[in-house]
Amino acid sequence: MVKFASPEESAQKKATRAAYGTTLAELAEAGVPVVAVDADLSGSTTTKKFADACSENEARFFNCGIAEQNMIDVAAGLSLAGNIAFTGSFAVFGTGRAYDQIRNTVAYSNLNVKICPTHAGVSVGPDGGSHQMLEDVSLMRGLPGMKVLVPADYAAARASIKLAAETPGPVYVRMGRAAVPAVYAADVELEIGRAYVLREGSDVTIIANGVEIREALIAADILAKQGISVEVIDAFCVKPLDTATIVASVSKTGCAVICEEHSVYGGLCSAVSEALAEHHPTRCAFVGMRDRFGKSGSFEELMEYFELDSGAIVEAVKNVMADERVC
Amino acid sequence: MDSQGLQAKANDMRIDIVKMIAEAGSGHPGGSLSCIDILTALYFGGVMYHDPSNPKDPARDRFILAKGHAAPALYAALAYAGYFPVEELMTLRKLGSRLQGHPDCRLLPGVEVSTGSLGQGLSIACGLACGLRIAQSDARVFTLLGDGECEEGQVWEAAMFAAHEKLGNLVAIVDANGLQIDGCVDEVVQTGDLGEKFAAFGWSVSTVDGNDVAAVVEELSRCKAAGGSVPHVVIASTVKGKGVSFMENQAGWHGKAPDAEQLKAALADLAGNEVCDG
Repeated sequence: MVKFASPEESAQKKATRAAYGTTLAELAEAGVPVVAVDADLSGSTTTKKFADACSENEARFFNCGIAEQNMIDVAAGLSLAGNIAFTGSFAVFGTGRAYDQIRNTVAYSNLNVKICPTHAGVSVGPDGGSHQMLEDVSLMRGLPGMKVLVPADYAAARASIKLAAETPGPVYVRMGRAAVPAVYAADVELEIGRAYVLREGSDVTIIANGVEIREALIAADILAKQGISVEVIDAFCVKPLDTATIVASVSKTGCAVICEEHSVYGGLCSAVSEALAEHHPTRCAFVGMRDRFGKSGSFEELMEYFELDSGAIVEAVKNVMADERVC
Repeated sequence: MDSQGLQAKANDMRIDIVKMIAEAGSGHPGGSLSCIDILTALYFGGVMYHDPSNPKDPARDRFILAKGHAAPALYAALAYAGYFPVEELMTLRKLGSRLQGHPDCRLLPGVEVSTGSLGQGLSIACGLACGLRIAQSDARVFTLLGDGECEEGQVWEAAMFAAHEKLGNLVAIVDANGLQIDGCVDEVVQTGDLGEKFAAFGWSVSTVDGNDVAAVVEELSRCKAAGGSVPHVVIASTVKGKGVSFMENQAGWHGKAPDAEQLKAALADLAGNEVCDG
């Protein structure tokens, strides 16, 4: 069974991105042949922590400058020489700017390259809509063979990076800038293709990932006080999706709210809806971005403004439970 | 292999290139014929160390075909070298074939990485050169770009990176045939003097007649031996469609298969070359 954070641990807030460089350094120290590339954002993505850990790592780190397309293909070349190549940058540039490189070189050649950008979603806040990547999961999920992980907290991010290193072929790990409370125990180990039931309930299933886990757990607390029993599932692995765990839950609850800090097109909402449509048609409601770009504001303000927060989830739960259509 | 032997080998491969593209009914003869002498130098002229019986030999020199549409030329070289049976060349572009329209490293031994989307090969070669440096390998990385391909901005991201990383173990070759799909490179978007551009980016630059196999062998061998701390680029002047008179210097033959009559004429041209070389 997966281990959860103690109350003391969960009081500590850390950003998922903070796990990146330190986990790479940890892997290198354990003898895993990791290399890292970045595009002038090594301080923000924290790959600098990997590079600065020791002189061996310094030789295994490449700053490509502001040139994301080159960065992805340099990683591809490094993987061809037997390395496990991790890439940096912000999610908006590390996926969108270099999509063709990820598609035609990394994915098509099935290379051991890990696309692990940070600052995804609205967590990048005041930088505004140009920098708030809300379509990255959609882009990466569509690529044949690409595995897609969206960790909820620091420990899950560390576990996801380790999973990426030990899983052959391309893996996407989405990390954010916002500090979020711990959900999992610090040394948690996760599995590709698994979703985790964080809280058991009987009236409705909330399926979320990333920073939406924090919101889902708050919403579950609010709803519990109102007599609504909520099951919360962390679908940190969007692809391959743990359809069995999700179907088992909705078979019990009869309805689902799917939440992501991402467009409802192509990400977790789509992935879960597709799985349920095929295996167990279920009434669903979505919490996510609907055909719009982000805008400047603080992370917390934006979560509320774009109806991605716990309040929006509570409302979505009530709506989906009141929906009497029979699937 | 002596100079005449290399020329004869290149001519044999030209025959297979036009035959396989005709058989496939589609493909890129112009750029395949322009660069086959360069591939002959690399694979048969003793420039690259490679072992077809052990395609993953860690000590091998690497080749990346950045201009992936010249796949028929690469396939001919790999088949003649012994990576797979020559008869398989006639399966080009057919369902179930390992010879995809553009090279697929998951299917075909000897293909280091899948290419076809232009502008990426030089970056991949840079990463591979960095990786070989980490591995303390003496192996070299060769990559072949088109001159039209140099319109891709990523080529210059990679050019800057290679010089910054002092990748003396990297040798880029530009197949400068002067044409791209829509016409003359200088009419579509002028690339100017590519040698001067690479020099400005900090590369060691040289030029060669890219259809003179012996000259290409000499120049690439020199770059390989030079190593050092600057990347090398060889601007190889070539003739698009070289060896087939009606295809030479014709942008229209960039991506078109010859029909039965045209194949006959092409093979007659190439048979004439055989006699001349003989």
